[in-house]
Amino acid sequence: MEIESVIGLEIHTELSTRSKMFCSCSTRFGSSPNTQVCPVCLGLPGVLPVVNEEAVKIGIKTCLALNCEINRYTRFDRKNYYYPDLPKNYQISQQYIPIGVDGWVEFEVGEEVKRVRIHNVHLEEDAGKNVHEEGKNFSLVDLNRAGIPLLEIVTYPDMRSMEEVNSFMNELRNILIYIGASNCKMEEGHLRFEANVSIREKGSEELGPKVEMKNLNSFKSVLQALEYEIERQGARLRRGKPIYQETRLWNEEKGESYPMRFKEEAQDYRYFPEPDIPPLEISETMIEDIRATLPELPLKKRERFVKEYGLSKREAGVLVEEKEISCFFEEVVKACPHPRVVVNWIMGPVMRELNERGLTIGESKVTAAKLARLLEMVKSNLITQTNAKYCLHEIFDSGEEPEKIVQKRGWTQVTDAEEIEKIVREAILKNPRAVEDIKNGKKTAFGFLIGQVMKLSQGKANPGKVREILERELGSSSKGEG
Amino acid sequence: MSKLPFLPAHVLSGMVRKGEISFSDITSEVIARLEAQDKSINAYISRRLEAAREEAKALDESLARGEDLPPLAGIPLAVKDNICTQGFLTTCASKILYNFVPPYNATVVEKIKKEKMIIIGKTNMDEFAMGSSTENSYFGTTRNPWDYQRVPGGSSGGSTAAVAAGESIVALGSDTGGSIRQPASFCSVTGLKPTYGRVSRYGLVAFASSLDQIGPIARDVKDAYLLLKVIGGYDRCDSTSLPLPLPEEQLNGKVRGKILGLPKEYFSEGIDPKVKEIVEKAIKIWQEMGCIVKEITLPHTKYSVATYYIVAPCEASSNLARYDGVQYGFRNPEYTITGQNPVIDMMEETRDNGFGSEVKRRIMLGTFTLSHGYFEAYYLKAQKVRTLIKEDFEKAFQSCDFIVTPVSPTPPFKIGEKISDPLKMYLSDIFTIPVNLAGLPALSIPGGFTEQNLPVGVQIIGKPLDEYGILNLGFAFQEATDFHKRSPHGN
Amino acid sequence: MKNNILNEKDIEKVGKLSRLKLTREEKELYLKQLSGILEFMEQLKELDTDDVLPTFYPVTIKSVWRKDCVTDSLSQEEALDNAPAKERGYFKVPRIIE
Repeated sequence: MEIESVIGLEIHTELSTRSKMFCSCSTRFGSSPNTQVCPVCLGLPGVLPVVNEEAVKIGIKTCLALNCEINRYTRFDRKNYYYPDLPKNYQISQQYIPIGVDGWVEFEVGEEVKRVRIHNVHLEEDAGKNVHEEGKNFSLVDLNRAGIPLLEIVTYPDMRSMEEVNSFMNELRNILIYIGASNCKMEEGHLRFEANVSIREKGSEELGPKVEMKNLNSFKSVLQALEYEIERQGARLRRGKPIYQETRLWNEEKGESYPMRFKEEAQDYRYFPEPDIPPLEISETMIEDIRATLPELPLKKRERFVKEYGLSKREAGVLVEEKEISCFFEEVVKACPHPRVVVNWIMGPVMRELNERGLTIGESKVTAAKLARLLEMVKSNLITQTNAKYCLHEIFDSGEEPEKIVQKRGWTQVTDAEEIEKIVREAILKNPRAVEDIKNGKKTAFGFLIGQVMKLSQGKANPGKVREILERELGSSSKGEG
Repeated sequence: MSKLPFLPAHVLSGMVRKGEISFSDITSEVIARLEAQDKSINAYISRRLEAAREEAKALDESLARGEDLPPLAGIPLAVKDNICTQGFLTTCASKILYNFVPPYNATVVEKIKKEKMIIIGKTNMDEFAMGSSTENSYFGTTRNPWDYQRVPGGSSGGSTAAVAAGESIVALGSDTGGSIRQPASFCSVTGLKPTYGRVSRYGLVAFASSLDQIGPIARDVKDAYLLLKVIGGYDRCDSTSLPLPLPEEQLNGKVRGKILGLPKEYFSEGIDPKVKEIVEKAIKIWQEMGCIVKEITLPHTKYSVATYYIVAPCEASSNLARYDGVQYGFRNPEYTITGQNPVIDMMEETRDNGFGSEVKRRIMLGTFTLSHGYFEAYYLKAQKVRTLIKEDFEKAFQSCDFIVTPVSPTPPFKIGEKISDPLKMYLSDIFTIPVNLAGLPALSIPGGFTEQNLPVGVQIIGKPLDEYGILNLGFAFQEATDFHKRSPHGN
Repeated sequence: MKNNILNEKDIEKVGKLSRLKLTREEKELYLKQLSGILEFMEQLKELDTDDVLPTFYPVTIKSVWRKDCVTDSLSQEEALDNAPAKERGYFKVPRIIE
């Protein structure tokens, strides 16, 4: 029996606002516990929430990017459940009339474009953090995160494989970064997932019992947890054991999931409209103003890069993966209109330098203008490829102008034939054995001799010219002697 | 006994400016009353007498230097203990908040401070404002200054008793289903429940968010109006507060030609004949001034108690979820491990021991009616009936300017009389509840006394935002009567 | 009095949902009282409200929001001032088992 898995995701993303969802505390990450809290986000008696306009706007922008319909009348609801990290013991969320509904995300899986439908997008507030220490009979609560705006994106169970899940998550992450909704820093918990999965015989239309998986804080845990769960369900199915509808918690370290013991007990959230927040009326003008700020989205950009710059799908994919890099690429191409050269340099030396230094392009000292001028020098043979790489390295170090570095280092390429002839002859004289080997048909010796010429020229001789002159010199001498 | 504690703020203020008395005199006399009687009355949960004396002294010095002071500067004020005062105990009369000291001030408290009023202390109330008698307090029952065997009404019974007994000149209360008006009626003081959104709720410990409203309690209408102007107005910390200016006009008592609607549902069954008689007498006084009286109908009145006791507990069950012993307030020192989550054991025992029985009853009622499968039958249904009740008023106000009714079906009842029968207690709120469901302003003024010298109030309900109108009608009444000038000591 | 609106199991469940560890006496009392109150609520069924919109909000204000600006938070000391138990800047609670 061939088994098919049916997977849906809920994505919680922390929005990139400066202040919290319902109060003016900072959203900065990594501060000492309970230092970014105020009466409102602590849920002290008597406080009232006031909506952060920017969070609503980001919500609308995300809905537009995910092709959702915007509810022109939307409101907040209370989701009631008790947990020590939830100061009010209810979460302000949107249950009945979320900000957006019925959207979709398109993305590539191999050669195919796949579409995952979005059920709804809604705004809510984050909870704090519980800290449990090994072997202690108490837990600790930090409420800095409580009240940070979250956007929850709920998909339909439209995914059928790990590959699809992976591609979807990547695409969604890219979209969120492209539109500036979230910084999507996994290590800061900007993206957290819940997955639901059921399995069935392939071709069947019926859905099996749905198992929800919580505590998935990285792409890796989503994929591992799903794999584990599909395997677990498959094994039960094969042994004729029932699969129960339940919520399971993923344990990252152990690489296994177990049923939640307490949180799920009598899940009855008793939603009702939040009386402290008047409903929101989203005007057409507001939507259109926000739509006008939507940037080109990754899928469109990849298609355009292939068409406009003649890049391969893979190259376009790599560049577009990081919004900054794709913008950097376009800026460089504007000043140095040789997209192939530019893409090779960015995907090669530039990315290597960035990786080694652990920087993003924006954080580095390389600007599009500097790289463009460096590549122009390469293109017009003013500097050799090798020295250009050294030059790039130095720009990364100091941020100095490429022209200045080349001049300072004396890397201006020698292309003058007479000068190169002089060096070539010197090399021939100094290496009689190599010349002998070449005459005996030993091809590697030719390369060695070119290296010697480059060495004598301190790397400045144009390698093409060197080869040309060396061939001519050796040829003529062999002819003369023959 | 000094008469100062029984004079209204506007009179005292004038006397100070004429140099007849000092701010310190007022505060000292009020404190003297408090010290003499509050052991019996129990109007206050906590007091700040020394600080009050010092503030009064400082204001006397300011005045001596010729500084300009706001109209209600130096006037002693009592604050209901569900309004947050920074650095000063705010308990909601609950064990669960017995030690809670807010790190912030309610917006109304900020405004009081700006006005340089003097806070005498925090007043007793029904726990979390749930009740109509101030019997549901962790800190003991408040007694009615007119008859110590009787309740002062509730839930703002501490505030109204303090003003009635001369233990404060004015006070702040909160009104969710009549909690200012009914105790004002029982204690023979003036109490105003403003239009929903008039006064910021920021810092008012929430009971039922869509019904709660802070309002002034005073010796007469003029003081209530002055205090409303201090505490009211738009507040960006409360998204439900109205971005509209407060009324400015002077009270003039001109009410000739105004149409008073008398809802027949409020004068029929269940009303004490003496209460009815007093309200009818009051209406005659207005008629003599040239008001026109008209019978109207508010047909959904009888559904208001059921509606209210669904909506309010639902919101309360959620608002009171935060009291769990984690961050502040009471935590049960011990808890039995039941084999489940230790933290849940702690929370459950904290809540069971920290809340009084009326609060638990309403939390459970609200939790049940919101729970899966019941939401539509109860909460949604009640909110729809609420619309019908609101529409009753809209229709009625097409043919009248004000609606005049009793405040409570009975005069103050005896302590313990209704406490064991919650439904009976709930039903006594029938005349005040509809106003909160509709978000309207309403005033309770002293209307007279029974043979046993028990106070009976009259309620004036206004159109949305017409605080001026109802206050002016009340003002006219107080110009013609002296019920509001009487004190429990026969002054 | 017919007790079909509420039974012991409901009280048990509501107690759990309300995070109240009720004693046996409390359960009996609340079952009786809440049943009575809920029975009283039944009168609302007389009304046809199919075409009536609910009044969730008593005011007609819409779209109230604030600018995305950061202001001062409380200090850690202020935040923990009322805490029944604290440790190293955290609120301290009995062990949470997830």
